[in-house]
Amino acid sequence: MTPDAPAALAAEAGALTAAAIATLEAVGSVAELTAARPDLLGRGSPLTGLRRRLGGLAPEDRPVAGRALSEALATVEARYDARLEELRAAERRRQLEAERLDLTELAEPPPLGRLHVITQTQRRLEDVFCAMGYTVAEGPEIETEWHNFGALNFPPGHPARDMYDTLYVDHGPPAGTLLRTHTSPVQVRVMQNQSPPLYVVAPGRCYRQDTADATHMPVFHQIEGLVIDDGITLGDLAGAIETFTTAYFGPGFTSRLRPSYFPFTEPSAEFDVQRPDGTWLELGGCGVVHPSVLEVCGVDSERWSGFAFGFGIDRLAMIRYGIADLRDLWTNDVRFLEQF
Amino acid sequence: MKVLLSWLQEFTPVEGSPQGIADDLSDLGLAVEEMVTFAAAPAGIVVARVAGLRPHPDADRIQLVDTDAGDGELRQVCCGAFNMAVGDLVPLATVGTTMPSGLEIGRRRMRGQASEGMLCSAAELEMGPDATGIMILPAGLEAGDDLTAALGVAGDVLFDLEVNPNRPDALSVLGVARDLAARRGLPFELPQPQVETSGAPAGESTSVEILAPDLCGRFSVRVLRNASGARTPPLLARRLLALGMRPINFVVDLSNYVMLEIGQPSHAFDADLVPGGALGVRRAAEGEQVETLDGVVRTLDAGDGVIVDASDRAIGIAGVMGGATVEISSGTQVVLLEAAWWNPTDIARTSRRLGLRSEASARFEAGVDPEIAPWALERFAELAAPGGVTLAPELVQAQGQLPPRPTVRVRTGRVNAILGTGLTPAEMRACLEPIGFGVSAAAGEPSPEFRSYPGEVWDVTVPSWRPDSSTEIDVIEEVGRLWSYSRISRTVPKSPHSGGLTARQRSRRRAHEVLAGFGLMEAMPLPFLAPGDLERCGLPPDGITVTNPLVAEESVMRTSLRPGLLKAVAYNAARRQPGVALFEIGRVHAPGDGELPFESDHLAVALAGHEAPAAAALWERLRRAMPFVPTEVRNEAVAGLHPTRSATLVAGGGTVGLLGEIDPAVTEAFDIAERVAWLECDLGLLLESHLDSPRYRPPSRFPSSDVDLAFVIDDATPAATVEGALRRAAGDTLVSLHLFDVFRDPDRLGADRRSVAWRLRLQAADRTLTDAEVGDIRAACIQAAAATGAALRE
Repeated sequence: MTPDAPAALAAEAGALTAAAIATLEAVGSVAELTAARPDLLGRGSPLTGLRRRLGGLAPEDRPVAGRALSEALATVEARYDARLEELRAAERRRQLEAERLDLTELAEPPPLGRLHVITQTQRRLEDVFCAMGYTVAEGPEIETEWHNFGALNFPPGHPARDMYDTLYVDHGPPAGTLLRTHTSPVQVRVMQNQSPPLYVVAPGRCYRQDTADATHMPVFHQIEGLVIDDGITLGDLAGAIETFTTAYFGPGFTSRLRPSYFPFTEPSAEFDVQRPDGTWLELGGCGVVHPSVLEVCGVDSERWSGFAFGFGIDRLAMIRYGIADLRDLWTNDVRFLEQF
Repeated sequence: MKVLLSWLQEFTPVEGSPQGIADDLSDLGLAVEEMVTFAAAPAGIVVARVAGLRPHPDADRIQLVDTDAGDGELRQVCCGAFNMAVGDLVPLATVGTTMPSGLEIGRRRMRGQASEGMLCSAAELEMGPDATGIMILPAGLEAGDDLTAALGVAGDVLFDLEVNPNRPDALSVLGVARDLAARRGLPFELPQPQVETSGAPAGESTSVEILAPDLCGRFSVRVLRNASGARTPPLLARRLLALGMRPINFVVDLSNYVMLEIGQPSHAFDADLVPGGALGVRRAAEGEQVETLDGVVRTLDAGDGVIVDASDRAIGIAGVMGGATVEISSGTQVVLLEAAWWNPTDIARTSRRLGLRSEASARFEAGVDPEIAPWALERFAELAAPGGVTLAPELVQAQGQLPPRPTVRVRTGRVNAILGTGLTPAEMRACLEPIGFGVSAAAGEPSPEFRSYPGEVWDVTVPSWRPDSSTEIDVIEEVGRLWSYSRISRTVPKSPHSGGLTARQRSRRRAHEVLAGFGLMEAMPLPFLAPGDLERCGLPPDGITVTNPLVAEESVMRTSLRPGLLKAVAYNAARRQPGVALFEIGRVHAPGDGELPFESDHLAVALAGHEAPAAAALWERLRRAMPFVPTEVRNEAVAGLHPTRSATLVAGGGTVGLLGEIDPAVTEAFDIAERVAWLECDLGLLLESHLDSPRYRPPSRFPSSDVDLAFVIDDATPAATVEGALRRAAGDTLVSLHLFDVFRDPDRLGADRRSVAWRLRLQAADRTLTDAEVGDIRAACIQAAAATGAALRE
């Protein structure tokens, strides 16, 4: 047999390459493409099969023919790879397009959990005082008359008791078990159970015989502060109130003390907060702890002195959020609860 | 307490801007609640006398008033108010007047009747808040006079002060002026009344006896003659009117005026109605009756004080209200004018018991100056003299027990130590002396039990009008008050503590956050219940009762958070807001044997629109998120919950909570149409007393093996029982255990049984478990489950 002419082999390789490329162009999917690979580039493929015929060429023709054959295979391989990329990209495009979503189609999400506005306000207050080195004390809501009044320098029949419309509960004899009218009995319990120096706040519920309306409720929340230390002065009280005012309300707010009267503090004061617009907000009562109260609670009034303050939490929440009616705090309407 | 600037100026020459005066008063502790500058009435408003009142022929809401404006002509005015009587003086807006509102007064006809002008209320004139009727002017004004000129209050300033209970002295113009003068460094003087006496000595017309010296510290009487026909001087009437007190008659008006001016109430008796003018004071007999000025017969008890006549008949209630039988009238010739000092506690008790409070009783309760009564009586006489009233010589009085006037030992160093000031003794004196406190160097050695301070030691005398002041701290407060709190430099005490919450408080906050994180909203129901609320929840009615509630709905303290949250669910459901998920962490109260009732923090969750498993699942999530003591869920009927869908939470042998679903009968009683999954627990009992940080266990690097086991279990056996057995049998290599399938098939599994399947993941920290090890664990689990009655489903 006569050796193949290199030209014939080249012509055949060219034809097979063209056919293979046509096949590659014709397939429509990655699956078809990979299925076609053995026939185009596999060992048994016609193009690869031409290698076997190289041996039939004159030795001097073999390198040229071999190179041509390799180039043909490389051309098909490259085209295959390119085609694979194309088809994969097309398929990815199709898939992604098919998965197109309208992200503005929203079902109502489950409701968010919320803490009650009073809980949030109370925490904010606690956090301010904790940062000032105070701890948080608690006491019973149902109290003895002694803790609520007697120990706080309200003797029985004292007209100042009339300032509080007290609710009493039936806890058997002796009578005089009551719903605490202020958080101040916690002061008494703290002084009785701990030794100075004391820096505490006592938030909690208080009760008064009041008809519910936009500004009154028979139950409300107060926070009380008590500091007992060496050499505490009225100036310290004013400074502590000012520090609290700035920390809680923000810069631009300032405070003042005005003389007032509470049986358990002397000197006593009301404290007001001035807003940046110059208007005043009456916030609460405060004063230097009365020596009689210290003594009754087992604190040497010559050795220690202290101050106490107290104010309403509900009112602060109402002011901060623009709540006009106190009763709204207690309705538990989710349209109220979900706003905070 | 209302004061007028012009009245204050009678005691001290205070001047300057009204706002500046108001600021000083507030800074002295006399908070100015309201400040009113009296405007002039518009030109054209004149004083007119009501000469006649006639019904309108065609309208019953209008009457015809014949007014006399002093020009001899009667003008008919149609008026919609009915509070005036013939003879009253009223403001008349004459035709052509422009009212403050801009309204022009013209001649008009109302339902056919001519109206020449308009009668005005105080509000229409912007001279006061009263819009309920025509302003009745004080007698003594001249008809036809310009109203502003006649009243003489234009430009005057009214300060409405909030007076604290420790400042009875400030319940008078005098007391307010004293403070203001001291603050401003102005002279202040108590003027001596200028009054001449005449006629027979008072002792011939009256006598006084105190039979209850603890009740009555002083009882002073002066005798006034020629009282009939006297009229209240116009200036006094104007001031009373400006302060909102309607002039009534000469004696009452003067008594009120003197009380407002110096704080001493007084009372007048018609001498002709008191046999021999003999007055006595004693405690009432139990059940004794007296008819008071208001015509009501009051029954007294042995704690009340009475004023009696010579026959021992009660003719008045001490310090609270006079008696009807001795009331003065326009014909009274001789007045026994009495001013007394009553024990404040007694007056407080009586006025509260009888529900009778007056300006006078309020002052007696707060504590009147025990030395001022004679002065008050003379002042009354001075004011009455221009009306022809004469004062008999002699003050007739008796004395009981007056409050002691202690001398107070004051350390000037202590003053600075409490106030945080560095005042000199002279500066302190300058605060105290102008308000009547007397300062002198202390006599004798200071008591050794008191700390000594650098500075001086004083004996301070307290003025009679300051019954609140009796100790060193009281005097210190006065120094601070007069020096001004606003001048005290502010210091911030440095806490030696780090501050912060206790572990328990942090855990409670965490519970709030976890529940909110689960999508629940925190509710805040009222802690009060109505009678029957607990029963409606299926709970025992053992709530502590409030003995004096204003409304029955607030008469029981809650023993459970259930009624409150169910009401909240119902409230929302009634507003088309079903399916609410609410929680509360709050105090509950229960009767107890101790000094106080039991009180603890409970946690409760209501999931409306959900059934019991939702509560069980929520509990499981909560339990994992919280540092709770180990608990066990036990299926059992719970009062008020769905009896076959409820469980208790048990810890340490005691019940600490419950969960399940609200009994359908209970939801029905609360008008709730939905199912309500329910969880309730005692947070106090659940929280670990100790918060140990969990120890970290690194995840194993070795492969894990999963074992799935399905068992057929009797319905009576809780899944938790089998699960516990599996957990114990699997031992240390168990890293997780999940129940993943439950099904029932009576045909294949039998009735009252179900198949429950668990997946156990096994993994050792230090090696790959061999097939043999996994097989052994599987076998041990099957055996352990079998011991609970669970049969492996092959």
